[in-house]
Amino acid sequence: MDILTLFVVVPVLTSIALLFTKELKQSRMVAMIGSALQLGMAINLIFAYFKERATNDAVMLFTRDVMWFEPFNIHYSIGVDGISILMIILTATIVLAGVFISWMVDDMPKEFFITLIILATGVYGFFISIDLFTMFVFYEIAVIPMYLLIGIWGSGPREYAAMKLTLMLMGASAVLLVGILGIYYHSNADGGALTFNILEISKVHIPIEAQKLFFPLVFIGFATIGALFPFHTWSPDGHASAPTAVSMLHAGVLMKLGGYGIFRVAMFLLPAGALHWTDLFIVLSVIGVVYGALSAIKQTDLKYINAYSSVSHLGMVIFALLMLNKTAWTGAFMQSLSHGFMTALFFALIGMIYGRTHTRDATKMGGLLKVIPFISLIYVIAGLASLGLPGMSGFVSEMNIFAGAFQHTDTFHRVMSILVVSAIVITAVYILRVVGMMLMGPLRDDSYNELPKATWYERTGIYLLMIPVVGMGILPLWLTNLINTDILPFIEKLI
Amino acid sequence: MNWTSFFMMRNEILLLALILIMLVLEISSKPEQKKGLINIALALFFAHTLIGFFPNQVGELFGGSFRTNGLIDFFKNVLNVGVLIILFQSVDWLKEKTLAYNKVAEFFVLLFSSLLGMYFMISSGDFLIFYIGLELSTLPLVALVAYNSHNHKATEASIKLILSAALASGITLFGISMLYATGGSIFFDALASNLQNSPLAILGLIFFISGVGFKISLAPFHFWTADVYEGAPISITSYLSVVSKGAAIFILMIILFTILPVLSESWKIVAYVLALTTMFTGNLFALRQQNMKRFLAYSSIAQAGFMMLGIINTEALGVSTIVYFVLIYVFSNLGAFGVVQAISLQTGKENMDDYTGLYRTNPKLALVFLLALFSLAGIPPVAGFFGKFFLYTAAASKGYYLLVFLAVVNVTIALYYYLLPVRMMFLRKSDEAIPYFKSKPFMRIGLIITVAGIFVLGLYSPLYDYIVALSQNIF
Repeated sequence: MDILTLFVVVPVLTSIALLFTKELKQSRMVAMIGSALQLGMAINLIFAYFKERATNDAVMLFTRDVMWFEPFNIHYSIGVDGISILMIILTATIVLAGVFISWMVDDMPKEFFITLIILATGVYGFFISIDLFTMFVFYEIAVIPMYLLIGIWGSGPREYAAMKLTLMLMGASAVLLVGILGIYYHSNADGGALTFNILEISKVHIPIEAQKLFFPLVFIGFATIGALFPFHTWSPDGHASAPTAVSMLHAGVLMKLGGYGIFRVAMFLLPAGALHWTDLFIVLSVIGVVYGALSAIKQTDLKYINAYSSVSHLGMVIFALLMLNKTAWTGAFMQSLSHGFMTALFFALIGMIYGRTHTRDATKMGGLLKVIPFISLIYVIAGLASLGLPGMSGFVSEMNIFAGAFQHTDTFHRVMSILVVSAIVITAVYILRVVGMMLMGPLRDDSYNELPKATWYERTGIYLLMIPVVGMGILPLWLTNLINTDILPFIEKLI
Repeated sequence: MNWTSFFMMRNEILLLALILIMLVLEISSKPEQKKGLINIALALFFAHTLIGFFPNQVGELFGGSFRTNGLIDFFKNVLNVGVLIILFQSVDWLKEKTLAYNKVAEFFVLLFSSLLGMYFMISSGDFLIFYIGLELSTLPLVALVAYNSHNHKATEASIKLILSAALASGITLFGISMLYATGGSIFFDALASNLQNSPLAILGLIFFISGVGFKISLAPFHFWTADVYEGAPISITSYLSVVSKGAAIFILMIILFTILPVLSESWKIVAYVLALTTMFTGNLFALRQQNMKRFLAYSSIAQAGFMMLGIINTEALGVSTIVYFVLIYVFSNLGAFGVVQAISLQTGKENMDDYTGLYRTNPKLALVFLLALFSLAGIPPVAGFFGKFFLYTAAASKGYYLLVFLAVVNVTIALYYYLLPVRMMFLRKSDEAIPYFKSKPFMRIGLIITVAGIFVLGLYSPLYDYIVALSQNIF
């Protein structure tokens, strides 16, 4: 079995093993071992990758190709580059942390972990695919478990949120499907056979008219899950109603599928379409960045604050991708990664705070720093990373994005870039406001004196996410190098 | 022609023998032996299905009136498997509900006669055999729909079916007569070479498609569907929605692709319009249904609309995708109907609200239903996704991107209502949930076959390769 297929096989085996577990204790042990194994594999993968990269300069490494449906030339075709490896590490970390955070899930634990792991399978499969069909299959496998996860284990208006999320994401995938079929039927433009293989299609000169037609379909298909304004409305409701681990996985990993897909499929295969449509989508992404940040100011529910903050941060990822240069793209993936860890950390902390105070309303809390110092302190650190404090992951990525954005000298790009930069000020406002309200000041409620300290499994989950957030801020260089070199073949198509 | 060439009619002859055996046994058995008849019929039909998988001669009989080829043979096997699953699922219903009325063998005789009609219909080489097959497949169904004749709704449904079926077959016949008028023959081969593109031929084509459209329940010819499905016993509903529909779409496709290609410009437009009306009607009406049989009725109307996406392709790709889709649809839809049957038999409940909290009391049944619904909705990795995706591919290969887009919009609408039972079963809790019960062994076999099919058919690609290879030969 090759090193990449294991990323699909191990989660599948984990969920099969979970089928035979009896109660919470067994289920969580199996889920923990399975996802720890995945994280180990992910770390192993990065070392294997460095070893292989030294001697091999193909676009994708560890490729493997198995014919699946011959009449359509559909292959199970996999391969990774530095960017997908980073995404896999992100996924593996968050899944493991999510299992720790869900250590005490009481209602149907077995089913919870099975659904969670199936979702992870879809995400891994998506990141390793280089065949459009396989990629699409995994994309849908990653989306549909959300319905059950939010619907069964969620809170608040969970049925509404779950249905809204599923329909919007599946609707987007429907649009995407038309785009993919469009690409497929133009993949023989230079003669040759029809193919779904991304690397082969990238060598074909798809007619400009077709590119202009299909780029927006593919782009919107992916951008919806990347929460691009105005297709983001599923995200705040979904995040707010989802159980903690699902919010983490969703905001941390699932929304990254959008940026990754835009980069790997939309921009790479339809470069002329990308150049034709950038301006419109830049405007939308900037609206998303600013609107998300402004909405976060108005919210008092911690999960909604974080959800809108995600809309804003991921708008920045799409904005960076639309800048179409190397620096901005490096920033885009740094931002994806940094936001993934950071937002998962946020949601984990919010879950812990909610589990103790039984409210998510920031105005009802106060002085938590005195009673639960560990959780509060990490919340502050995560907040500082989110608003881009130097030394944290957020700073490095936003720096790259802005540096890339300001390489464009025309007025349109300047204005847009300035608007995006202004959003980080707004970010500071909503982060510091919450920190002030919730953590500082006097205790609002005497009962809060009794709040229990963080347990060992909560701490483990937090450390897992905390290390990369700080690590990326302190040692960004090898990450940037990793992304930098592997972006080249993609960016060269555009300039 | 010698007597060995009758092996080409293996399926037909065997089934006819089966019908006769059932009749003789019915006459010669005492009332207390009737229960045994059910098991005998099941065993015989099982053997019949198995024999169908052995390789067979292909060719023509009776001067081209009857013909068979690899694809037709394969499709007969699909129909057999469908009927076999239905029999597995209805054994318990027959034993518990119909023995009291002393009606057992009729069920099999009528059902097998209808199936025999479908065999002849899809094997027909001229319009005469086609029409006889069509009638033979419809008339026994009318009696079967009214099988619970003490039930007011069942008799009403039966009357509705026979009136609309008579009208439809009249319209079909009218269309055929116009095609005969322009082509000068009722033989398919002669028609294929003689037929010219003339207004009369197009009129005949439209009448013909409308008539067959009744059987496939394409909108706007679908009005009988929901009422008949609701009134009929569940076994018959599943037969109508799977076997009857599958056979009709298959023969429509064969006739359009091989006999009427000269008119393809006209029937592509018709197929385009029918695909859209059928998908939208089925999906939009399904949104508000409470009764599970009506719910699945509208869902099956919508599925027929998707099949039209393959018709519009006009080539071997369309044939293979439609056959593949029908095959998957047989398993998915019978999975759903099987669960509805099991629950209805146990508790008499058929409404969506009754399914509330089902997962917590009957997890296995709820999971089967979930898989079947996901397959109908087209969600990977279950088979329905592959069936739908290939149909889109078939339509997109001719540049019908707008149609594909509207179809995927429909998939999203459909997802909403397919998730409604899922919501009831998984998301909600209820104190009045259907209590745990153990399904009967035959029912379990029926459900296990469907679940296996739902998983395997999509992921196992050689099957599709095989269908593609068969589809190449029909032109």
